[in-house]
Amino acid sequence: MIQTIAFYLFAFLVIVSGVFTIASRNPVHSVLWLILAFFNGAGLMVLVGAEFIAMLLVIVYVGAVAVLFLFVVMMLDIDFAELRAGFMKNFPLGIAIALVLFAELFLGVGAYQVGGLALGTPDGTAATAPGVSNIAAIGALLYGRYLFLFETAGIILLVAMIGAIVLTHRERKDTKPQNVAKQNARRPQDATVNMRPEVGKGVEL
Amino acid sequence: MIGIEHYVVVSSILFVLGVLGIFLNRKNVIVILMAIELILLAVNINLVAFSAFLHDLTGQIFAMFVLTVAAGEAAIGLAILVQYFRGRGTIAVDDVNRMKG
Repeated sequence: MIQTIAFYLFAFLVIVSGVFTIASRNPVHSVLWLILAFFNGAGLMVLVGAEFIAMLLVIVYVGAVAVLFLFVVMMLDIDFAELRAGFMKNFPLGIAIALVLFAELFLGVGAYQVGGLALGTPDGTAATAPGVSNIAAIGALLYGRYLFLFETAGIILLVAMIGAIVLTHRERKDTKPQNVAKQNARRPQDATVNMRPEVGKGVEL
Repeated sequence: MIGIEHYVVVSSILFVLGVLGIFLNRKNVIVILMAIELILLAVNINLVAFSAFLHDLTGQIFAMFVLTVAAGEAAIGLAILVQYFRGRGTIAVDDVNRMKG
């Protein structure tokens, strides 16, 4: 009973926050609604017993991606009213296409319910053993059978990080940064000079 | 008990909302990126729900990889956006025609 109530609560909130994410006037509000959507999506995942993915969703999306969005929205000085100009113009076509798409997806669920579709049956090799927690089972699978894919995911993240840095890095002309190579190439004998000036006469450098 | 259909319907609605968001905010690339994140969230809910109901953890592993790609995509997308804004002073994407593609 409590599970059913929790499911409908999370499902309702995730859909409502999805609606407000795409319909908010202010993109900052959009990001905040997106965060709520992610929290409720994580709640839906907890309900089916996938705690690890749920917590990962909260950490990665709310902690990293949504904050990144928030930073970008607040840093760029954009006239958002002008960007919303086509909103009402695109509305009828967008709604029509969305309804068609949803009808098609819903038809799939209906076909499954009347028995027209059979779900694939897993071979049982990736099932959670009884008494093993979700995290332990995922860890065994991730570092065992899917090790190569796990490493590939790491490479993807590395490439994304380097790409983002390269894209946004710029040489600034108005600052005087260190030139490390020049600093390292400088030797003491070039930098200092020993002199014995006569009394009363200056030194010319 | 909640069946798999409920989860599939919720994630379908979320997916359609993401697609609708791309249509409605055709100019605002930030909201388009957020709509893509909504679509990926719908996909993740679907994967996790099927994984739980079929007792097969592969779906959850796959959801993790979707998460990885989504994080990378958001980082690269926002970096391109910042770079574009520096050059043009606007982020309206319906007049992106510099490369004359």
